[in-house]
Amino acid sequence: MTDTSNTRMTSTTNGSDNRINEYWQRNLKYVGVLLAIWFTVSYGAGILFVDFLNRIRIPGTGFPLGFWFAQQGSIYVFMILIFIYVFLMNRLDKEFGVDEEGE
Amino acid sequence: MTVQAWTFVLVALSFALYIGVAIWSRAHSTKEFYVAGAGVSPLANGMATAADWMSAASFISMAGLIAFRGYDGSVYLMGWTGGYVLLALLLAPYLRKFGAYTVPDFVGDRYYSQTARIVAVVCAIFVSFTYVAGQMRGVGIVFGRFLEVPVEIGVFIGMGIVFFYAVLGGMKGITYTQVAQYCVLIFAYLVPAIFLSLLITGNAIPQLGLGGVDQTSGTFLLDRLNGLHEELGFAAYTSGTKSTIDVFFITAALMVGTAGLPHVIIRFYTVPKVRDARISVGWALVFIALLYTAAPAVAVFARTNLLNTVSEQPYSEMPEWFTKWESTGLISFEDHNGDGLIQFVGPDARDDTGRPVENELTIDQDIMVLANPEIAGLPNWVIGLVAAGGLAAALSTAAGLLLVVSAAISHDLLKRGLKQDISEWEELVAARISAGVAVVIAGYLGINPPGFVAEVVAFAFGLAAASFFPAIILGIFSKRMNREGAVLGMISGITLTASYIVYFKFINPSANTEEYWWFGISPEGIGTLGMLFNLLVALTVSRFTPPPPERIGLMVDRIRIPRHTEVVHEIDL
Repeated sequence: MTDTSNTRMTSTTNGSDNRINEYWQRNLKYVGVLLAIWFTVSYGAGILFVDFLNRIRIPGTGFPLGFWFAQQGSIYVFMILIFIYVFLMNRLDKEFGVDEEGE
Repeated sequence: MTVQAWTFVLVALSFALYIGVAIWSRAHSTKEFYVAGAGVSPLANGMATAADWMSAASFISMAGLIAFRGYDGSVYLMGWTGGYVLLALLLAPYLRKFGAYTVPDFVGDRYYSQTARIVAVVCAIFVSFTYVAGQMRGVGIVFGRFLEVPVEIGVFIGMGIVFFYAVLGGMKGITYTQVAQYCVLIFAYLVPAIFLSLLITGNAIPQLGLGGVDQTSGTFLLDRLNGLHEELGFAAYTSGTKSTIDVFFITAALMVGTAGLPHVIIRFYTVPKVRDARISVGWALVFIALLYTAAPAVAVFARTNLLNTVSEQPYSEMPEWFTKWESTGLISFEDHNGDGLIQFVGPDARDDTGRPVENELTIDQDIMVLANPEIAGLPNWVIGLVAAGGLAAALSTAAGLLLVVSAAISHDLLKRGLKQDISEWEELVAARISAGVAVVIAGYLGINPPGFVAEVVAFAFGLAAASFFPAIILGIFSKRMNREGAVLGMISGITLTASYIVYFKFINPSANTEEYWWFGISPEGIGTLGMLFNLLVALTVSRFTPPPPERIGLMVDRIRIPRHTEVVHEIDL
């Protein structure tokens, strides 16, 4: 981490306002995509389409697919989503020089 | 050793552990008292959050609820975990960056308004006391059943322990005792789950055992349970009876409510950095998921065992656990047809000639987890362990909630409200006194529980969903959101949610059926509608009222970016 990147986001020139905006737009894009998956596995697979998915059985188990999503699968996906977000944001923070390393 | 002796030893050992941790982690400043000095590692905070969040309801009641409702119980599993995705993506990192001590702190500062702060304080206190009452009921049940001491004494002992480490250690003491309590409770939950899974399916991992083969019948366990349900006139276990829209709205209310609960949110003020707050939510969900993915398995094991043990069996030959729970009034049997056998059947049950069969057995769903090891005939120490785990779950949550109440009074009402010149030392004394008073009130509620504990829990989630969640989200994601919009939004959301719940639960309970509900949404799910109403009102009002002052825009900018040179709210006020 260099000193220039340290001051990049805190100065008030127009250039840095654009950088802030860009950072924020990227963040919103990540959040949007991840929340779409969040909605699909829980409200989609676990609630709205549960009856349809229950006609399918996970091979080798007693789980109807919709029931599995509602009581197991959605929770696993939730965990994965958070860790993906952490990874993406840490990378984004570094890219824009706003990460907290060495603070 | 007997069950009672094991329970006594294990509960005493766990209590000694909590007291030891509390003495080691006393608080010396308000920052330590409110947010543990913001020096908790993300992993430890994840564990503490898991214990903070998983209450008597998760440990004692949830698997029982699922066992009795089958697929419909999914609302709790998804609702109480999905909120963590919202926390990680929309709330925790920004609130950590803001760097306050409480939730009303953020609401009051972001909306430059004492009114907004007061609305938030009232909601925080109401939500927290509602919850504490439920925890104390759990403490009473465990003590009453396993140690056979009167409920009052059980509650006194429980409150004494919480008093000790909450008043002494504040958030610092609470955090590290919660880490210990998480270890106790997860061990206590998983050991019987693994035993049961091995016994019933031969698979040591309960999450897989749930989809495995029942050893006695040779068919898949879930198919076997669905078969039993059909035979006895219950609805199929893997498909629900609630309407899709109601399941949808309840799940959403629980998710959003979880993300808006003040005692969960403040846990993310305790880590050092923004990136710690993000990963810490992830760890919290991993630790929670260990229990939450095992719970549906425990539910199915318990349900199958219960049906096999009691159905069509002679009442006179029931095992010891049955009569013991009967004496607590949580199991009751009435031999309607006088045949001496227990008919435990659903609403669609018919005998060979096609005539309806009457159900003769009533079982409180709260006892399923606690009775489960006994029903399955597990060793005595496992039963004692479950009691210690239930107490850990109840006490850890109670402590977290009491801290919210204490901080709301000493910090939000005194320091930031009525008496702003209060010194650090006086504030710390005030925080300890209010924590002490809160413990006493919680103890009173535990001994004299309001008859409507279950009803008010819907209230707590509904209010958190309809008030805090939209106000915080808008405060971070919309720079244009102003004082007028946020305050009117919160008030509209709360009013709608509260009136709907009060009407159906207290004023006119006989009308609490699907045909009278709006769009088929039950009072449990109305918080979702309240939240949407809050958003709508806030966005509309803010367009017709003056925008927030310029410094608020700068504050929001700083909240959105992890690296900063100063604490935001201190320079802005």
